[in-house]
Amino acid sequence: MNSGIGAFHNFAATVLAMLREIFDEAAYARFLRRAGVASSSKAYAAFRREFEEAKVRRPRCC
Amino acid sequence: MLGAAAVGTIALRRGEPINALWLVMAATCCYVLGYRFYSRFIAAKIIALDGLRATPAERLENGRDFLVTNKWVVFGHHFAAIAGPGPLVGPVLAAQFGYLPGTMWVLAGAVFAGCVQDFVILLFSVRRDGKSLTEMAKDEIGIIGGFVAYVAVIAILIILLGVAALIVVNALKASPWGTFTIAMTMPIALLMGVYLRRIRPGKVLEVSALGFVLVLAAIWGGQYVSQSDSLAKLFTFSAPTLAILIMVYGFAASALPVWLLLAPRDYLSTFVKLGTIALLGVGIVALHPTLHMPALTRFVDGTGPVFAGKIFPFAFITIACGAISGFHSLISSGTTPKLIARETETRMVGYGAMMAESAVAVMAIIAACVMQPGIYFAINSPAGIVGQAPATAAATISSWGFPVTAAEMQTLAHAVGEQTLYNRTGGAPAFAVGMAHIFSHSLGGEALMALWYHFAIMFEALFILTILDAGTRVARFMVQDAFAHVYKPLGRTSWYPSILATSALIVGAWGYFLWQGVKDPLGGINSLWPLFGISNQLLATVALCVATTIIIKMHRVKYAAVTLVPLAWLVAVTFTASWHKMFDPNPRVGFLAQAQTLAAGPATGATARLIFNNRLDATVTGVLVVLVTLVLVESLRQWWGILNGSREARMRESPFVRTRLVEEQG
Repeated sequence: MNSGIGAFHNFAATVLAMLREIFDEAAYARFLRRAGVASSSKAYAAFRREFEEAKVRRPRCC
Repeated sequence: MLGAAAVGTIALRRGEPINALWLVMAATCCYVLGYRFYSRFIAAKIIALDGLRATPAERLENGRDFLVTNKWVVFGHHFAAIAGPGPLVGPVLAAQFGYLPGTMWVLAGAVFAGCVQDFVILLFSVRRDGKSLTEMAKDEIGIIGGFVAYVAVIAILIILLGVAALIVVNALKASPWGTFTIAMTMPIALLMGVYLRRIRPGKVLEVSALGFVLVLAAIWGGQYVSQSDSLAKLFTFSAPTLAILIMVYGFAASALPVWLLLAPRDYLSTFVKLGTIALLGVGIVALHPTLHMPALTRFVDGTGPVFAGKIFPFAFITIACGAISGFHSLISSGTTPKLIARETETRMVGYGAMMAESAVAVMAIIAACVMQPGIYFAINSPAGIVGQAPATAAATISSWGFPVTAAEMQTLAHAVGEQTLYNRTGGAPAFAVGMAHIFSHSLGGEALMALWYHFAIMFEALFILTILDAGTRVARFMVQDAFAHVYKPLGRTSWYPSILATSALIVGAWGYFLWQGVKDPLGGINSLWPLFGISNQLLATVALCVATTIIIKMHRVKYAAVTLVPLAWLVAVTFTASWHKMFDPNPRVGFLAQAQTLAAGPATGATARLIFNNRLDATVTGVLVVLVTLVLVESLRQWWGILNGSREARMRESPFVRTRLVEEQG
């Protein structure tokens, strides 16, 4: 029973991590760590500025 | 055994409808076998995945581009990047041949070609510090390879954006409900932008879920707009007006720093895309509908109304991304290789994500084939083929052996909340009707058919528009990079004269193809989708040339068939298709024949433009074929030189560095 709950927990954590990466939440968390600042409207604006340049250059698929 | 039974049932059953679960079962078994045995064989015998070799994510980790990431997270990220409208639209269009050709090619093509391409290109990029396809082509084949890959990417982007915009135009023309829903995504995205920036910075998942609820409310509200005379008028546009609006949108999206609108729309679109694909999968399994389309239709002879051309080569270039997509090689050599923690994970990410993409294509085939064939052809056939009047169109389609009545079409249009469903070329409306059919039978019944239809239209239009704005920006950056070699300031991404000029250039280029499609009496898709398919598959040809060259340089010649056979197949398909599109004497197939027919007919105001368009399409096709031929010749010279010993098999791999991750884990 416990191993079932553990497996489900692992699965849910992985899906959440996947979604956080796809939706750039993880990238923002890394930015905050790297810059040593707390989340704020100013920090998010700085993150978007830095991130935008790299992201728009990524190819988008057909 | 199960897989063989399922494939056998699909291939051999004639004369009576089969259940969609046979396709699901055949696909599942093919993927399991392909992954378990074929990808393992490639991993072990050919490219020799090395779990002890440090990847660029580990060696060059910088917390930004290069980052050791969980393999499932990379898988999701990679799949979200490669899943576009191609595997949804292509198989729907190819369903005019019946469900059999499309299904067989999607399964075989993915297992033996598409997945292999994505897998090996990903691994080769990982071994070269995450280099792009164009860089690898330049390093391994020569300068011509790099140049052709670059030109092919730009050409594909422009044609893709033109054809994607045309799909949206055809889905939204004279549809106040659909247009209202898409228009509402703009204020919703703005609201999301403000929420992200001011209220809960960085909480993207949360705000995307909120945006999704608002979009559902907009779909619900759309029915009241379509029922109100005054509001419906506001949101009812002709195809040319929509085309102009989309071009203006594309230019604004590319030229202006509209992070407030674009980034949230991108997230919303990804959220809807992933959710809808998952929902469609569940819907198909839960409802397991019957396929009404026959296994093979009479149109295998090349006389199809959706697009002209015989099953070979046109089924293959039409399906394109569902089986193999050259564009994937850009993703496999873009962000993904910089996230891979261990070489051994490239198999699951590269091969596995393409299997998932192929599964989406199978779902699209099912959505198209659950409709009565008469309805499918009524939606997808242009007025130039079946006639403008409903009764004439229904009579023409019925005369082909696919009975449909004008009353039946009127009832269906009414059920989905549209004025008409005739001549909705482009695949998106047909896919939406099929999806609405599956969803309404699984959830909510017939009463919700109109809501599901507009949900499907919103889903397709939203993520096509996202590709349009992101694609225009990507193409703009590529052009700016190239122009910088001529005049340095043109390469500066913050210099407004350059931004405006290159944005106008890119939007003008895809806008030209869009306008051409809107004005085409044959519906546009007949010319543009094959052009897109050809350029996409030619890029895959370049990617497979790079892969084969590296395999030969690795002294694995006896296994080179793994990429060489798909390469030979693609050369046969794309070159034959290109030849037909340029020189076929049938004016519905050949661009030049159509130009000649138009020139011989009565001259109208539009004739000169149509003649020019056909000649331009023929020239674009010809130029792409010549460029890819140069890459092929250059590759062959490399292979011949290496095999006869006159050329050194020098690879540009990064030196081996032992990973520290194994010790940390163990």
